[in-house]
Amino acid sequence: MKPTTLFDKIWDAHVVHAIDGGPSALYIDCHLIHEVTSPQAFAGIEKRGVAVFRPERTFATPDHNVPTIDQHLPIKDALSKFQVDKLTENCHRHGIELFGLNHPYQGIVHVVGPQLGLTQPGMTIVCGDSHTSTHGAFGAIAFGIGTSEVEMVLASQCIMQPKPKKMRITVNGPLQEGVTAKDLILFIISKVSASGGTGYFVEYAGSAFETLSMEGRMTVCNMSIEMGARGGLIAPDQTTFDYIKGRERAPQGVEFDKAVARWKTLKTDEGAVFDKELVFEAADIEPMLTFGTNPGMGTKIKSSIPSLGSIEASERDSFKQALDYMGFQAGDELLGKPIDYVFVGSCTNGRIEDLREVAKFVKGKKKADNITAWIVPGSKQVEKQAHEEGLVQVLEEAGFKLRQPGCSACLAMNDDKIPAGKYAVSTSNRNFEGRQGPGARTLLASPLTAAAVAVAGKIVDPRELTQN
Amino acid sequence: MAQEKFTVVQSSAVPIALENVDTDQIIPARFLKATTREGFGANLFRDWRYDQAGNPIAGFPLNDSKYSGQILLAGKNFGCGSSREHAAWAVHDAGFKVVVSSFFADIFKNNCLNNGVLPVQVTPLFATAMFDAIKEDPKTEFRVNLEKQTITIQSTGESLGFDISPYKKECLINGYDDIDYLINLKSKVETFEMERTL
Repeated sequence: MKPTTLFDKIWDAHVVHAIDGGPSALYIDCHLIHEVTSPQAFAGIEKRGVAVFRPERTFATPDHNVPTIDQHLPIKDALSKFQVDKLTENCHRHGIELFGLNHPYQGIVHVVGPQLGLTQPGMTIVCGDSHTSTHGAFGAIAFGIGTSEVEMVLASQCIMQPKPKKMRITVNGPLQEGVTAKDLILFIISKVSASGGTGYFVEYAGSAFETLSMEGRMTVCNMSIEMGARGGLIAPDQTTFDYIKGRERAPQGVEFDKAVARWKTLKTDEGAVFDKELVFEAADIEPMLTFGTNPGMGTKIKSSIPSLGSIEASERDSFKQALDYMGFQAGDELLGKPIDYVFVGSCTNGRIEDLREVAKFVKGKKKADNITAWIVPGSKQVEKQAHEEGLVQVLEEAGFKLRQPGCSACLAMNDDKIPAGKYAVSTSNRNFEGRQGPGARTLLASPLTAAAVAVAGKIVDPRELTQN
Repeated sequence: MAQEKFTVVQSSAVPIALENVDTDQIIPARFLKATTREGFGANLFRDWRYDQAGNPIAGFPLNDSKYSGQILLAGKNFGCGSSREHAAWAVHDAGFKVVVSSFFADIFKNNCLNNGVLPVQVTPLFATAMFDAIKEDPKTEFRVNLEKQTITIQSTGESLGFDISPYKKECLINGYDDIDYLINLKSKVETFEMERTL
């Protein structure tokens, strides 16, 4: 048999109907929805007079728009409340399971799925959110879709999709001390650019990914979209199976063993051909930071912002506009720049491991006075675990306060907005203009770097603070 | 549900020359609280178009009366970032039927196609020729013929072919919709569910 990629194996097993020279009707195993990109889809099927085809394959939770304080009170913002209420109403009407506000499983949709064991190897998973790529960490084909496609899934459990090309990104060797999964993906995006992955689905391979925890793999796959790739996946292995075992919605007992036997076949065959291959060495990767207004504009935290001369002529105007927005000059050194806000959270880095990393670093230290720090757990379960493990106490002693779960300042749809002109080191995924609030200036980094910046009050290399 | 049928669009264009324009710029997140598809056009490019007090920012092309038309001409990697279909709705709601760029982000492109907006990918050279033609004369017209898959700069006669999947072309020309197509596949989907192995 012809050697096949992991991506092809999963994709081909989900094609219900292929149109010559066109898209395929692709079956979706798991559909996640939230309050912002689903109401128009429900309105659509209702207008057509069709029922939700497989309500048991869709799961809902409000995350984008929810407040992160006083969640027990009615939502103050009338529009946000309406949207969250609409999700509840739609789920009840169509028989869809909802982890609503104040439900013990509520949280950011991409934190909730893996945590409950809904996310499993070999699945196709979609959600009206581009960071659905997160679930690729389990060896699933997972990607973000638009609301028309949400409507397709509700109506037929399928979407029409053209098959993307395949890219493999191999990173050899273990990451250095103080270098995290977030630095790894920020490094890759800085090399590939914010558009270099467009049209591709990525497989991450090599020992740098194999040695990562599931949380780390999720961080990597989460940001695949930031280089334009529709998604990214990592072949499942023992780390994956151990993570899934015993989770509420995962197969149990004999069924789990059978599933593992099946999941073990999910890997790229030797000799399988990719449309594009990139190879990097983990030894070249250091703590990273972005300085511009797309995630491709990142560099080693110890280095300087590139000079204008090093930027391609056609891209100089956009580069200059980005630096103007950030209030930076080409050639500036990053270390030592003062920071106003630190945001730890989001579907990229709002998991328990991220909170542990921050707590471990700040234990016995104090947050700098000039820093406002927001720590937002990715889900109610993460929040609960952070309390149980004593992380909350450590964080509070260092001057941090834990907020309640949601997307929060990652996209600033709720009140968690970074004020105009202020600098925020964020563990989230996008440094776009105004992403964290109109005029807000975002620098993307790992939770470890964010913790170090919170303590120092300015940009620092976390490795140096650890050593001292 | 039938959509508007798409055949030929001949119009002047509004130029947005920036690269890597993400969907947060096209429609910022704080305007995503609506539960219908209409009305997003008013906030298209909101933070480039209006200052924080809500006053129009002079110089931004959508505020410049010399630019108008049903074609949006954009820089490279247009529509990257968030999957929000609200970006395509905003473009559509603001009266655009065609978006031209030398490079589109995937999800935005799909979202446009699902809303009767035609994304036309041209070569960087042709995009430059279009920007130049507008600089020369903002009223210059472009003709987009979906049947022939061509885009023409009317003032110079320069023309270029563009790609579109035959399926999507058929959908746009006839106003068909993927959702109806999929609903009609129901028995095939049921068979798939029974026979699947993975």
